[in-house]
Amino acid sequence: MIKTDALIIGAGPTGLFTAHQLKIIGLDCQIVDNLDKIGGQCIELYPDKPIYDIPAIPECTGEELTQNLIKQLEPFKIKFHLNERVDEVKKDNNNWEVKTSNGTKFNTPNVIIAGGVGSFEPRKFSLKECEQFENKSIFYSIKDKKIFEGKTVTIFGGGDSALDWAVELSKTSKVNLIHRRDEFRGANATVDKVHELAKLGKINLLTKYQLSGIKGSSNLESVEITHENKEIKTFKTDYILGFFGLIMQLGPIANWGLNLNKKTIEVDTEKFETNQKGIYAVGDICTYPGKLKLILSGFHEGALAARACFKLARPNEKYRFEFTTSSKNIKNRLGVKSD
Amino acid sequence: MTKITYVEHNGKEHTIDVQNGLTVMEGAVQNDIPGIDADCGGSMACATCHVYVKDDWYDKLDEKSEGEDDMIDQAYEPKKNSRLSCQITVSDKTDGLIVYLPEKQV
Repeated sequence: MIKTDALIIGAGPTGLFTAHQLKIIGLDCQIVDNLDKIGGQCIELYPDKPIYDIPAIPECTGEELTQNLIKQLEPFKIKFHLNERVDEVKKDNNNWEVKTSNGTKFNTPNVIIAGGVGSFEPRKFSLKECEQFENKSIFYSIKDKKIFEGKTVTIFGGGDSALDWAVELSKTSKVNLIHRRDEFRGANATVDKVHELAKLGKINLLTKYQLSGIKGSSNLESVEITHENKEIKTFKTDYILGFFGLIMQLGPIANWGLNLNKKTIEVDTEKFETNQKGIYAVGDICTYPGKLKLILSGFHEGALAARACFKLARPNEKYRFEFTTSSKNIKNRLGVKSD
Repeated sequence: MTKITYVEHNGKEHTIDVQNGLTVMEGAVQNDIPGIDADCGGSMACATCHVYVKDDWYDKLDEKSEGEDDMIDQAYEPKKNSRLSCQITVSDKTDGLIVYLPEKQV
């Protein structure tokens, strides 16, 4: 059981700056995120896209913004729990008991949800029959590529994951690569490589086709695909891989007894607290009259939520507002010399 | 004002007056049409405002934005007439446009 003054759910820009604000006022915190890396939507959806509305930063990409926020947090050595999704938030006397998908448990007076639009999950095939083969013969990510050796693998998708795995697995497996159109969205070099391997007969490339059926009982046996012009092909396959990017789902957050409005959480604008004492929501996931879904709003919301956390984490102390330019306490926390 | 018709997956039709200059996605969100999530808010970073454009309208619309097809690859059941509604701007030219909503967005 990990005890902390505040637990932040979500390592996007808002979660990161909220951590900074907590540490600045002398509280400790840890961060959980379902992705395997820090940065949230900025890093997953638009790492290369320029952002023009961060105050005092005329232009930066999602990746640069993330790198700078991580740098700003360096003095604080914050513990991140990546690849973990928060599944449960339960009341435990005055505190909250939080459990993740990996079984990590936290006990904390403050939970700050900075979850954006929810957690990222792989998009799956829409065909119902696929569910029974999931994680047996149908995969949306690869943990152990050895299982594919000498087998027939049918890959669906047109992005980097689909292309990279098609190239990689073509060395040891019979690979079919299927995409709904002729153009691919992967790196040019990889796209060229795939076409080259297709010419050599190492990859069986089929475009303008989509999955339309699967057959099998205990094991997957065959796959049926349909062309844009309705022509149908069926062939044997041992495995199917689907790489259609990630979608965002609110997920377990919906079960924590919070007042929701569409897919957002209602908060007050003083503490950014939800209807549950000690649970806050900041950034894109919160809503209140006048809410703007901008990164800068998330920073403001996180700064106020952090101050609200102080009261519950240090009930016997009084919070004193201080400036980073002049406070000795803050400079000590940052590890910089005060003059 | 321009009339846009949104047809839900269950066949329910909504014909809405949408202000020129807004996108087809914004027209849906502002009028609480169910079936368009628009998780990313129109920055073409997700595929949750995905619609099927009525066939005879598909070619009349402006060309897809750069990168739009890359996002449509990640949509729920993309078809030949798939578009992201955040990339269709409403104007006099789109008066009477009919879009069909997919079974779901995620």
